Amino acid sequence: MTKINELKTDAAVTWCPGCGNFAILTSLQKILIELEEEQVVNFNNVVMASGIGCHAKIVDYMNVNSFHSIHGRVPPTISGIKLANPELTVIGHAGDGDAYGEGLAHLIFAAKRNININLIVHNNRVYGLTTGQFSPTSPAGFEGPSTPQGSPEDPLNPIELMLCAGATFVARGFSTNVKHLRVLLKAAVKHNGFSFIDVLQPCVSFFDNGDYYREHTYELADEKHDLSNLPAAMERAGEWSYGQGNRIPIGIFYQVRKPSFEERLLGSKIIVKTKPKDIGPVLAKQI
Amino acid sequence: MKEISILIGGKAGDGIKEAGHTIARLLNRLGYRIFLYDEYPSLVKGGHNFNVIRGSDKKIRAHKKNLDIIVALNQETVEKHKNDLKSGGAILYDSDKVDAKGISIPFTSIVKEIKGISIMRNTAAIGAMAKSLNIEWSVVDKLIAHTIKKQTDLNLKIAQKAYDKVNKPHLSLTRLDMGPQPLLTGNQAIALGAVQGGLNMYIAYPMTPASGILHFLAGHEDDLGIVTVQPENEIAVALIALGGAYAGARTMVGTSGGGFALMTEAVSLAGEAEIPVVFVESQRAGASTGVPTYTAQGDLLFVLHAGHGDFLKLVLAPGDAEEAFHLSSLAMKLAWKYQTPAFILTDKHLSESTFSFDSGTGEEDPVEPLLWDGKGKYRRYEDKEDGISPLAFPGNSNAVVKVSSNEHNHIGFTTEDPDMVESIQKKRLRKRKGLVEELLKYEQVKVYGNKDSKTVAICWGSTKGACMEAAEELDIKMVQPLVIEPFPVEHLKKALSKAEKIVNVEVNATGQLGKILSSYRIHADHNILRFDARPFTVDSLVQQIKEVLP
Ligand SMILES: Cc1ncc(C[n+]2csc(CCOP(=O)(O)OP(=O)(O)O)c2C)c(N)n1
Ligand code: SF4
Ligand SMILES: [Mg+2]
Repeated sequence: MTKINELKTDAAVTWCPGCGNFAILTSLQKILIELEEEQVVNFNNVVMASGIGCHAKIVDYMNVNSFHSIHGRVPPTISGIKLANPELTVIGHAGDGDAYGEGLAHLIFAAKRNININLIVHNNRVYGLTTGQFSPTSPAGFEGPSTPQGSPEDPLNPIELMLCAGATFVARGFSTNVKHLRVLLKAAVKHNGFSFIDVLQPCVSFFDNGDYYREHTYELADEKHDLSNLPAAMERAGEWSYGQGNRIPIGIFYQVRKPSFEERLLGSKIIVKTKPKDIGPVLAKQI
Repeated sequence: MKEISILIGGKAGDGIKEAGHTIARLLNRLGYRIFLYDEYPSLVKGGHNFNVIRGSDKKIRAHKKNLDIIVALNQETVEKHKNDLKSGGAILYDSDKVDAKGISIPFTSIVKEIKGISIMRNTAAIGAMAKSLNIEWSVVDKLIAHTIKKQTDLNLKIAQKAYDKVNKPHLSLTRLDMGPQPLLTGNQAIALGAVQGGLNMYIAYPMTPASGILHFLAGHEDDLGIVTVQPENEIAVALIALGGAYAGARTMVGTSGGGFALMTEAVSLAGEAEIPVVFVESQRAGASTGVPTYTAQGDLLFVLHAGHGDFLKLVLAPGDAEEAFHLSSLAMKLAWKYQTPAFILTDKHLSESTFSFDSGTGEEDPVEPLLWDGKGKYRRYEDKEDGISPLAFPGNSNAVVKVSSNEHNHIGFTTEDPDMVESIQKKRLRKRKGLVEELLKYEQVKVYGNKDSKTVAICWGSTKGACMEAAEELDIKMVQPLVIEPFPVEHLKKALSKAEKIVNVEVNATGQLGKILSSYRIHADHNILRFDARPFTVDSLVQQIKEVLP
């Protein structure tokens, strides 16, 4: 069996033809194979998790351990998995409604703690599965079934948000630029700490802006950009705030090494391999 | 029966709780069985706090309203409680701050003279109280040296000075020839029971009255070999617990009603995805924020029905520290064996009261989860006659473990196929039969008092303590279900088979157990409901039951 077939499943893929999710799926499969060859990951130790939305179906299409969780709750779900067994490579997939709307507090706290998990946001800037309502990253004026007069809100800039929250790996990808996306995914998995990638993902049914991204994105790696410089990262993040704009940077905005949450909380302890102790001595102290 | 009831009161910040617990330990060392009731308002400094410490030569689980001694660090204590003093009882008070009649000792001046700080008035109170009860100095000396680790010498001097100031004892507390027992709050018993049941990780967001579990476990992480985590909110708490359990760690969470409301989507996920997690719900007086540091039993129906959709639940309602310990351990084991969420329903009164604890000697039955044998291709939701699919965890070299909140097939892939949807739902619900049979090994309904009486008081949870003693005093029968779901209806009907009059006793406004009973066609003749955010005391309940009996 070829490696790629090893990662595929029999589940019928139900994304719309042309959906940006396909490219995220194949990119992930490719980098996992490469990382296994490099002995960075072992397929048995990979766990994927997803929220609810079109993006979330990705776990059914990958023959690895997975937890199809609920809307917005991917960060705590994978935090629990990682804390229980830090030897696992944990990759979370969330939607923009999922991560930036329903579960925003969890996202901020996962970044704040710097827990060593990966979060890939499939950012189509729309609620796909629920048929096209505006999302936290839709541009102002976005016309959807719940905002026929156009959305009355400005979008959130998740890159700036994650930089402020203390994420130690902050990146943006574009699903059509698969070569670039693969580099980001690989770097994220290798990063020790909270890795965040916002992936611009065209939704052909409700927000088909692939051409716009193709025209306006540029790669940070092609310009002089110091990954460990937070003010510089903030400046780049501010170049495009999910509305209009001519230059959309993609690539790694910021990456630094800090102790991870599980290193600080657990040291070298592995919870699933630790049995609780006899309660006798603690009980005796209560006399 | 030899017994004593002591109330110590003051304002928040006076160290009432510490003093109360020291008095409890003192009586414990003299061989008494203890119940300690701790009442405090939701503020950090000021207000009125008090502890009632009751010691007895019998096992007790409740306090009484009538008091032998009141120890007053403020005037309010005297005003609020003097009417509860028994005839022959005495008030011991800080004569520098309080105006009363009784045993007058200048706690404040003693502390000043010995150059202590004002919170040490509570040490003076303990010293004076010990002498008033004719307890030998050596017992007090040892206890203070053992329990007060900061400025021990100073505290000892203060206690001794106050001890010596009492001219003659008010009464003579006899030493009993029973050994001391561990003193545990309900929360501590739940915590230790869970560890006994295999707990690896406890996750919680602070909320009274459940926080004691978090504090106790966090303070003993290394001694117990467990980990505690305090995340951003209760939604995260529950999902971290589910993620951890999926990866193979035994997890438990704890909260009160408001926090549990936030966890309910995870409860449903645990049912659907068959992930074992234990939820502790410690009720407080509600609805909403309610009376945050006071008690009620108002969440019974909420917990019973928590989570959307049809799925299997285990709901247990302990009534004292021993039950809290054993049922917590059992919840942990059965949740894993039946791969479903389990619930411990407690409340302020059980969670934060202190009990003498007898862990018993009996070996517990091993209850083990079914693990995958490693043969063939792993299917997380494999169809099995008893509904229990073998467990495997990520990281296991041959298994791909897929769980899902979506309806799923046997592997864990999303399905909308009508036959699959129906068959996997049936598989999950089939687990109930095994659980019901397994529960037959345990006492699910307890009976106390006069077992032949045709008058029966029925109660659940923390109301047990007062109700049990009231039943004994009135020579009637008392019945207490420990399991709420799957409801042990046959056992309960048996316990009530000869009943001519049933009195349902609960600390809520609508009689929630009574409603469950009616759904099984068991009808109470009277409801005694208390909902002033306070628990029943033995004497108040005796009075109320008498009023409804002919
Ligand atoms: C608690 C909850 N609220 C609402 C929904 C309905 N719902 C399903 S997916 C979705 C939004 C999906 O948008 P997004 O997260 O951006 O994912 P996408 O479909 O675009 O990939 C919503 C609101 C739900 N499943 N759960
Ligand atoms: S609705 Fe949009 S996001 Fe969802 S599958 Fe179709 S194209 Fe993809
Ligand atoms: Mg979306």
